[in-house]
Amino acid sequence: MIEGFTALYIFMLAGFTGYEVIARVPVILHTPLMSGSNFVHGIVLVGAMVAMGHATTDVEKLIGFIGVMLAAGNAVGGYVVTERMLEMFKSSKETK
Amino acid sequence: MDFLIDVSYFVAAALFILGLKRMSSPTTARGGIVWAGVGMLVATVITFATPGMHNYGWMTLAILIGGGLAWYSGKKVAMTDMPQMIAIYNGMGGGAAAAIAAVELMRGTFPSTTFQVLAVIGAMIGSVAFSGSMIAFAKLQGLMKRSLIFPRQQLINLAVFAGMLVMGFLLMGADQPGSFGILVFFALALAFGIMMTLPIGGADMPVVISLYNALTGLAVAFEGFVLGNAAMIIAGTVVGSAGTLLTQLMAKAMNRPISNVLFSGFGSGAEGEAGAGGEQGTMKEIDSTDAAVMMAYADKVIIVPGYGMAVAQAQHKVWELTQLLQERGVTVKFAIHPVAGRMPGHMNVLLAEAGVPYDLIYDLEEINNEFAQADVALVIGANDVVNPAARNNPDSPIYGMPILDADKARNVIVVKRGRGKGFSGIENALFFLDNTRMLYGDGQEVAGKLIAEIKQL
Repeated sequence: MIEGFTALYIFMLAGFTGYEVIARVPVILHTPLMSGSNFVHGIVLVGAMVAMGHATTDVEKLIGFIGVMLAAGNAVGGYVVTERMLEMFKSSKETK
Repeated sequence: MDFLIDVSYFVAAALFILGLKRMSSPTTARGGIVWAGVGMLVATVITFATPGMHNYGWMTLAILIGGGLAWYSGKKVAMTDMPQMIAIYNGMGGGAAAAIAAVELMRGTFPSTTFQVLAVIGAMIGSVAFSGSMIAFAKLQGLMKRSLIFPRQQLINLAVFAGMLVMGFLLMGADQPGSFGILVFFALALAFGIMMTLPIGGADMPVVISLYNALTGLAVAFEGFVLGNAAMIIAGTVVGSAGTLLTQLMAKAMNRPISNVLFSGFGSGAEGEAGAGGEQGTMKEIDSTDAAVMMAYADKVIIVPGYGMAVAQAQHKVWELTQLLQERGVTVKFAIHPVAGRMPGHMNVLLAEAGVPYDLIYDLEEINNEFAQADVALVIGANDVVNPAARNNPDSPIYGMPILDADKARNVIVVKRGRGKGFSGIENALFFLDNTRMLYGDGQEVAGKLIAEIKQL
């Protein structure tokens, strides 16, 4: 378990990291980047799997099942869409 | 095994950050998503080895169903529909975070109250992001045409919000939360997400989607604390702060403070019509032959594409036209307004799909000074983003929004379907200027005609 202040430190540092990574991004990449960050929070899949894996009653299992399904959709869909958008970015040197 | 799991999550978190970093520059962006993808794969596979887990069969089935459907829809969706797909995938993430919280609350064994409090907060945020994103999807997909505004709306929303908070507090303090209370809490949170999104107009949706993206990130981070999973905490928080910044950038580009977007209905039009209905003068037409000559003998042409071009699927023809002009020695540049398309950067994606290299594409700040030296500004499917009223008419609802100074070009050719108003329902002063000529017709047809005419010259 990650307790008290350690958690708070992680939270603070990760917050700054996110801010810095995005801070100087050109407008042309806003949509792909939003889609990319959308993919990254697909990591919720890992949590959904753990929650479902520890579920005991049928109701818990059902909710866990829905959670895993949704999370997998987030991760896979986010990846496919972002990759499709980004593979189109070429400079004129590459196209000629 | 525990050590291997920890190492894998650590590697995944590092890959996410590096991937996002690479995605923030056009030259490395393509690699960035692959890095993040590898991180996700590593984290997912190793999670199967978590000690003490059951239900593997159903779990795999859920992954296959959810992942399969998303794979299929993601591959199939048209580039113009990208924003709503992002909304729906984002909503799924929020829903998953809420589901984790629901399972944990029902099991009711938290190491300390802090964990219980965070689980409830994450559940709240995740649920709102889930149902809100679904409404955003429905609106952009055209399933829901009107902004729903009814009397006392703010008051009712506030009541739902308060109810959600009260139930939330009760759950935070409960020793063993009851199923009924959990049910009511989630119902209220989901309802609030719907109610909050309903009155927001389609034009503001990108900002809202971006906000929900940030919220889902936060929800994931909170549930990460509850499960003691560092990869979720880091990835969720990074997305939360990056998403917040992106939301601010978008709102700034649209000249719409986030509070305005959330608490007033822009699409309702009541404020718009009154101020800007009185544009006078005549619009002067031009036919495609004259327009072709004007562009073929120009030194410099700046193309201002808008969402209308994408709807007409004209971007391939426009790129063909550009290449034709380049062969004749004309300098051609693309000027992209930050909110061209449905969200910042969307137009770049649409142009990239047609094969336009990104170094021909310029941002508002980069190109605005160049319009004065341009012989022709070709405005195709754009409207509000070139409306000079934003610069000089304080009564206009878009006054103060940064615009592309297309009106400063020697000649302006506006390709437009008909004489109607744009997305926001505001009359465009640019269309009535002396140096503006209107070229009526469907974007793709017009571009095709221009290509044919130039080839004949």
